[in-house]
Amino acid sequence: MKNYSVFDILGPIMIGPSSSHTAGAARIGKIARELADDSFYRVTFYLHGSFAKTYKGHGTDKALVAGILGMNPSDERIRDSLQIAKDKGIEIEFIEEDLGYVHPNTVKILFHYKNLEDYYVIGSSIGGGNVIITNINGTDIEFSGDYPTILIKYNDRKGVISRISSILSNHDINIATMKVTRENKIATMITELDSAIEDGIIDEIASLEEIIYITGINPIER
Amino acid sequence: MFNTGSELIKLCNEKNKKISEIVIEKELLNSGIKYDELMNRMKEILKTMENSSKYSLDKEVVSVSRLTGGNAIKVEEYKNTHKTICGDIINSAMAMALSTSEVNASMGKIVAAPTAGASGIVPAALFTVKNRLNLSDEDIISGLFTAAGIGEIVARNATVSGAEGGCQAECGVASAMAAAAVVELAGGSVESSLDAASFCIINVMGLVCDPVAGLVEYPCALRNASGVANALISADLALAGVKSLVPFDEVVEAMYKVGKLLPESLRETALGGIADTETGREAKKRI
Ligand code: SF4
Repeated sequence: MKNYSVFDILGPIMIGPSSSHTAGAARIGKIARELADDSFYRVTFYLHGSFAKTYKGHGTDKALVAGILGMNPSDERIRDSLQIAKDKGIEIEFIEEDLGYVHPNTVKILFHYKNLEDYYVIGSSIGGGNVIITNINGTDIEFSGDYPTILIKYNDRKGVISRISSILSNHDINIATMKVTRENKIATMITELDSAIEDGIIDEIASLEEIIYITGINPIER
Repeated sequence: MFNTGSELIKLCNEKNKKISEIVIEKELLNSGIKYDELMNRMKEILKTMENSSKYSLDKEVVSVSRLTGGNAIKVEEYKNTHKTICGDIINSAMAMALSTSEVNASMGKIVAAPTAGASGIVPAALFTVKNRLNLSDEDIISGLFTAAGIGEIVARNATVSGAEGGCQAECGVASAMAAAAVVELAGGSVESSLDAASFCIINVMGLVCDPVAGLVEYPCALRNASGVANALISADLALAGVKSLVPFDEVVEAMYKVGKLLPESLRETALGGIADTETGREAKKRI
């Protein structure tokens, strides 16, 4: 049996009407923004399953847009986010789409750029404001955004993992979880950490010659 | 420290303490946070509840879907201008419960208690007794701990989710939490608190979860209004000395079993009950 805290019963303090449609959606949006370059001018949201069916009534659209604008799930401006995006000149588009065998509350967020390639993130809102990010630009991954997280793509050679780990331990950062997957000699590593990602760490890891891509995000508030 | 209602009663009696005091002790022990921090977090909860209970009393607040809203102000004005049937206390409590429900449905800030759908009941009940008995914020904060303690027992032994147990598990449990707190604040015994909580759940045993169009609006807001009335009348019954033949733990178990017997169509899927009426289906098409 789970041990409950009083704040599991009276809480969270949240923006209505539903934590999976509002808080969860805002968190997926915000994680996607942290991962993507923020010079996007247009964002397309592909909504799947129950997100597609009820997004207007639940305000999922507003929560997602609030997230990609960088708002937290408790921000009372969420209800005005569509207007705020408009004022900032960001074009927003919603498309209902079947994304395959995924959780019913799933969205694919596609960022469009003038000078960069399109970038997308797929994530699911799995209840109570919890989310999982399942794909970035075609690479299957899985992380929750609850921990400071570093994502790395690298040419799979011997010793890379241990060099990355030693950079982290030199900075006195403990690794909570580490997952590595491989495809065509390119490895994708997701590392969740116990303490915040400080400036410099990402650059230091990026300087390893095998690294193709690296990004890090700190946890997204509930 | 306690997993059940009977363990809670025993602890309170052994230590000669109120439910709220035991719940605070348990929380300090389990969470490891300091007393002041615990109280500050609960104050934050109280502040949000206060805002949401009052917000829609003087303005028309309409939901994101535009399906519902504007009822809190209607009830508040009716209470202020008419000789009502149930009197100021019940009408004002219902207006506050509706207010929080409307804030929730319009993407405003609320405290899930125990869920967003049932979030209007606990604050409306507590602010009602605050006014009625001239209580302080500190009293209301202790009431929140009592309410949370009751909710924890249900969450541990059954469920507080409409998708799992129907609306009896959301609005029914919210009323039970509120009623137990009201009894304690009015000076009733621990046993009476749990009796009041039992009455609330018994009164809505089997209540289904059937939100129109899958939105937390209708019948949810109505059930917040009736839920706070349920809490207040159950508290009065218990304070008058009416006892529950069946103890709280068994009532919770019965509720859980009934919830499991409910078909999926009556557990938040919006495929049955009020959602699956001609008008309910029409409304779904409109949004
Ligand atoms: S009807 Fe369902 S969604 Fe509405 S308050 Fe009750 S349990 Fe929650």
